[in-house]
Amino acid sequence: MGLNRSSLLKVLAWPIVGGLVLLATLPTAFADEEYDQDRAARWKQLQESLFPHRQVLDSGGIVSIDAPPRALDAALVPIELHISGSKPVKGVYLVIDDNPAPMAGHFVFGPKADPRELKLRVRVNAYTNIHAVVETQDGQLHAATKFVKAAGGCSAPAGSDDAAALADMGRMKLRLLGEFTADKPMQAQLMIRHPNFNGMQMNQITRFYTPPRFIRSIDATYDGAQVFHLDADISLSTDPVITFGFVPHAKGQMKVVAQDSSNAVFDHSFDVPGGTPGAAPAG
Amino acid sequence: MSPTSLSRRDVLLGACACCVSSIARGAASAAEQTLTTDEVATGIHIRHGVDEDATPANSGAIANIGFIIGKQAVAVMDPGGSLIDGQRLRATIRKVTKLPIRYVVMSHVHPDHIFGAGAFVDDKPQFVGHALLPNALAQRGEYYRVRLDQQLGKGQAGPVVAPTLLVKDKSEIDLGGRTLEITAHGTAHTDCDLSVLDRQTRTLLLSDLLFVKRVPSLDGSLKGWLAELAKLKTVAARRAVPGHGPTGVDWPEASRDLERYLATLQKETRAAIAKGVEIDQASRTVALSERDQWTLFDDYNGHNVTRAYKELEWD
Repeated sequence: MGLNRSSLLKVLAWPIVGGLVLLATLPTAFADEEYDQDRAARWKQLQESLFPHRQVLDSGGIVSIDAPPRALDAALVPIELHISGSKPVKGVYLVIDDNPAPMAGHFVFGPKADPRELKLRVRVNAYTNIHAVVETQDGQLHAATKFVKAAGGCSAPAGSDDAAALADMGRMKLRLLGEFTADKPMQAQLMIRHPNFNGMQMNQITRFYTPPRFIRSIDATYDGAQVFHLDADISLSTDPVITFGFVPHAKGQMKVVAQDSSNAVFDHSFDVPGGTPGAAPAG
Repeated sequence: MSPTSLSRRDVLLGACACCVSSIARGAASAAEQTLTTDEVATGIHIRHGVDEDATPANSGAIANIGFIIGKQAVAVMDPGGSLIDGQRLRATIRKVTKLPIRYVVMSHVHPDHIFGAGAFVDDKPQFVGHALLPNALAQRGEYYRVRLDQQLGKGQAGPVVAPTLLVKDKSEIDLGGRTLEITAHGTAHTDCDLSVLDRQTRTLLLSDLLFVKRVPSLDGSLKGWLAELAKLKTVAARRAVPGHGPTGVDWPEASRDLERYLATLQKETRAAIAKGVEIDQASRTVALSERDQWTLFDDYNGHNVTRAYKELEWD
């Protein structure tokens, strides 16, 4: 019998996780999609706390989100962000409204980035809206929304993959997707072995929670020039996987530096082309 | 104490006492029911579990469970999918033999196999588990108990029972003139799978290391499961008892479908990863040729692909 993580407890005791901004005073975890008004109110409150004194505009065709409407595994919900490229962008925020720490990640793009497509895997704790908020170079914020049905992803108990991730922590792979051509944008998939414990997995005999330990930041540079900087929080899945675009001017090296919440630093350099052998993306 | 709190307390106590006794009465009669079992080999009695997920209607009786009778003692494997399933198994044993129940083998951490253990606590048996079972129960036991209560009705799941006798590699149990060989496997279906070989009848009780007809569920390691299965196929046994499916099957012939499913899952997941097919897309496209071979395929295959993908993408 499998562990069906998507059918789960809607009421959770959330322990305090060190170093997080827990928006404890806000209403959380609306369990039913009928609560559209409550969701809108929550997003309004989130905007005020995450982007104080700033106006968040609608997507304006600049950003969109793809996610499975009903996630198979709430601890691993694949999210795709599409950015049109019609206006130059500084970065993008990913907000999972009803997660205990809603700000899941903030990407800041560097000169070597191709920001048009980003993919990552996240934990989702309750039926929730997910927002992608793009910040353009001229300082405007544009938000896209997607509703995702998944529950229990944050507190789902550890699986055998968590043990494997812990044993192998810090190992990285970089897969280049597609052919290398100088000065042409290409996609790469970065994989980092890390259990990304979020502090919400309880050992039910000792009654202690497995202490949080998760990737806090990732820097990717190409021959010394920034591709992206990511500030992350507890919502990234075990073994974070991030697919991003970059523009290699010539054959060179992708350097990735990741730091976790225990201040462990993992860094690897990959030859481009080369690295870990990749393959053409699926049509 | 204020009069208000006193009366409130009395009311609560009164309500509790009356509902507890009515539940206890209902449970007692339900627990006296016996299960239909097949004697798959001399002294080995197995109840067939239905190919469903746990519901109030089936009381969580969805796995193949049973018992083995020696000259001096009885061993249970597995105790069942809920407290009531375990109570009924115990009542069934008591109709067949008065010998003491000395061992309750818990084949792995999944709730459909072990939540009946609470029914045997008063027999004071050794609860036998894989060396990694305590850790798995610490991570998931309470989570499973709450979820099973939600599926079956409050209080129906039963307690989480910890193993008292741990098996790291191999061990033997003596039931009096009947020796059971217990093997702790490497990560396969889960990370805490046990199998039992009855030497006397050469019957191999595999629990969820073997699925027949019901779609397998992968919660450990795909490569590990294929490796353990290859080893198990070399065990000279007259028959096997799968965790789901018929109560007795030919061995190793009955491993063929499972092996083909796992091999297909591995091959097609690897191909998807190599082509850059994303995990979500893969979960909807991999191993679909197996769809008509199994019950509950749509409920579990996508999950199996996700697990396989997470394992194989690190190769």
